[in-house]
Amino acid sequence: MANREAPMTPTTPARAKEGPAASVASDFSAGSLRLASATGVDMTLRIAGLGGRSYAFVIDWHIRVVAAVAWIGLGNLVLFGDLLPGDGLGSPLLYGVLLPAVAIYLLYHPLLEVLMRGRTPGKRMAGLRIVTVEGRTPGPGPLLVRNLLRMVDSLPGLYAVGCVSVVATRHAVRIGDLAAGTVLVYDDAALRSRGAAAPVPNVAAERAELAAELLRRWSRLDAPARGALAARLLAPSAAEGDTLANASAAHLKAGLEALVADARPSR
Amino acid sequence: MVRIGTAQDASRRHRAWLADRAAAWERLAEDVRTLEGGRRASPETLLRAARAYPEAAGDLATLRRNAPASAAARSLEGLYARLHDNLLAPPGNIGQDLARLFRRDVPAIVRELRMHIVATAIGFLLAAAAGWQLVAAYPELARLFLSAETVARVERGELWTEGLLNVLPSSVLSVRIFANNIFVTIAAFCLGAVYGLGTLYIVLVNGLMLGSLLAFAAQHGLHGRLLEFVAAHGFVELSVIFVVAAAGFAVGEAIARPGHRTRAAAFRRAASRGGKLLLPCALLLVGAGFVEGYVSPDPRFPLWFRLTLGIGYWLIMAWVLCGLPTGRRRLDRVAAIQPQSGP
Repeated sequence: MANREAPMTPTTPARAKEGPAASVASDFSAGSLRLASATGVDMTLRIAGLGGRSYAFVIDWHIRVVAAVAWIGLGNLVLFGDLLPGDGLGSPLLYGVLLPAVAIYLLYHPLLEVLMRGRTPGKRMAGLRIVTVEGRTPGPGPLLVRNLLRMVDSLPGLYAVGCVSVVATRHAVRIGDLAAGTVLVYDDAALRSRGAAAPVPNVAAERAELAAELLRRWSRLDAPARGALAARLLAPSAAEGDTLANASAAHLKAGLEALVADARPSR
Repeated sequence: MVRIGTAQDASRRHRAWLADRAAAWERLAEDVRTLEGGRRASPETLLRAARAYPEAAGDLATLRRNAPASAAARSLEGLYARLHDNLLAPPGNIGQDLARLFRRDVPAIVRELRMHIVATAIGFLLAAAAGWQLVAAYPELARLFLSAETVARVERGELWTEGLLNVLPSSVLSVRIFANNIFVTIAAFCLGAVYGLGTLYIVLVNGLMLGSLLAFAAQHGLHGRLLEFVAAHGFVELSVIFVVAAAGFAVGEAIARPGHRTRAAAFRRAASRGGKLLLPCALLLVGAGFVEGYVSPDPRFPLWFRLTLGIGYWLIMAWVLCGLPTGRRRLDRVAAIQPQSGP
């Protein structure tokens, strides 16, 4: 990868590398899962709350219901020439129509989560994925346990236990996730277009705000104090090789005014 | 003359840097998708992704500093996590995982749960004895478990299992039976999460029902025919329910008495270990369902055949759940050489 020169000072790695064990250390903090990596730069995954979960579930529920009902209709049409089955529960109806439809409904989550590496179509549309507490893609075992425990989460109805668990637990997990050691996180990896991926650094706004405040109090502050403050605010955007130590008060004030003016929206 | 750079300059430089790096990130995203896609990634892709890993870390650190709340930072954060997962995750092989499950994990878990299994079986048998005693003393209690039509049939000297094949074909009957049994075992396991009380309820109610039905059949001289009916499938069905219920009790115990682990960690361990038993148990119940659908209601099969089938299938179950000794020893040696991470 060419030209890796960063425009501003790079950060110090958040955690010193401690060998292979460091790559699995994880820590839950306010709404996020923080994971150590082999490079020493931590990863932070945002944990999905009740809203994100519900959104994904509603999409998935509709997909599996529509798929199961469509299978029943098509199966009946192919096997019996009618959308509705006749009387009696025969083998063709059971094996050709009902069992596959039930399988579609019940195996939708476990099967797709395994095949799509912790995602389902609903989760993908909601921008979510399942990871283990170590930040890894879970294997079939944890995904199966997670889905079996839906039985408990759905008690006494409408996923009441699951909803309470998501709201009450620190990392917003339902009982199935607790049992499987999984977490639902936002999948932010889909890179936006270049335009969207080029944000204005928000530090500029903060500095401009401080510069405006300093200008308001300019006449009331001692010259050395306001000079030092101005130099600190202007230092990050000073041209390379320049020093602010000997700059006059007028130059510093002009610099601050330019900082404030630049930060104003142009439209 | 001092030249003062502006925020606009910083922003411009940041935009230029982003534009410069964006192509590399897009290529990295493509490589990550290839790695995740299940297709065999080329060595070039793997090498490129491995080289990009520290570079992505550096870019992420820079973005966190300069634009921490930006879409670009969030995107790279997610991409970096997925890259980390793909590069450092242990290789998965579903065939080896299944072999390890059946040859090492399941026998080890069953050994660990043996006291729970024995306690569950004793509880079930005590409930069955209580059910027998209750119906022997108060025959009208049988109506709690049997429909009026079934009671009338038994009173006429017919078992409710007779003529089943005239009502439903064996195939349909088998599916109904194993679906019901699998549901009951899954419920027995999952409801262990309610401090084991849900599992206890299922075990006791099933024991009570079996004892009551046997007592009611015995009162009308039908117990021999009823036992003949259950001989082929009953051993495995009951044993599997004991095993899964024991796993459910272990889940409940982990929550009530987590020991030196945290409650959440103990729950996770018990649920994940118990969950590993469900696949072999479900497969065994499918087999038992077919036996119950095709053999048990068919009067052409004599008792000796039913008993041979029942005991033979139970031995297969014991072999599946307790493991083949030679295979286990070999896998234990492999495990000793390659210790697994985690608890």
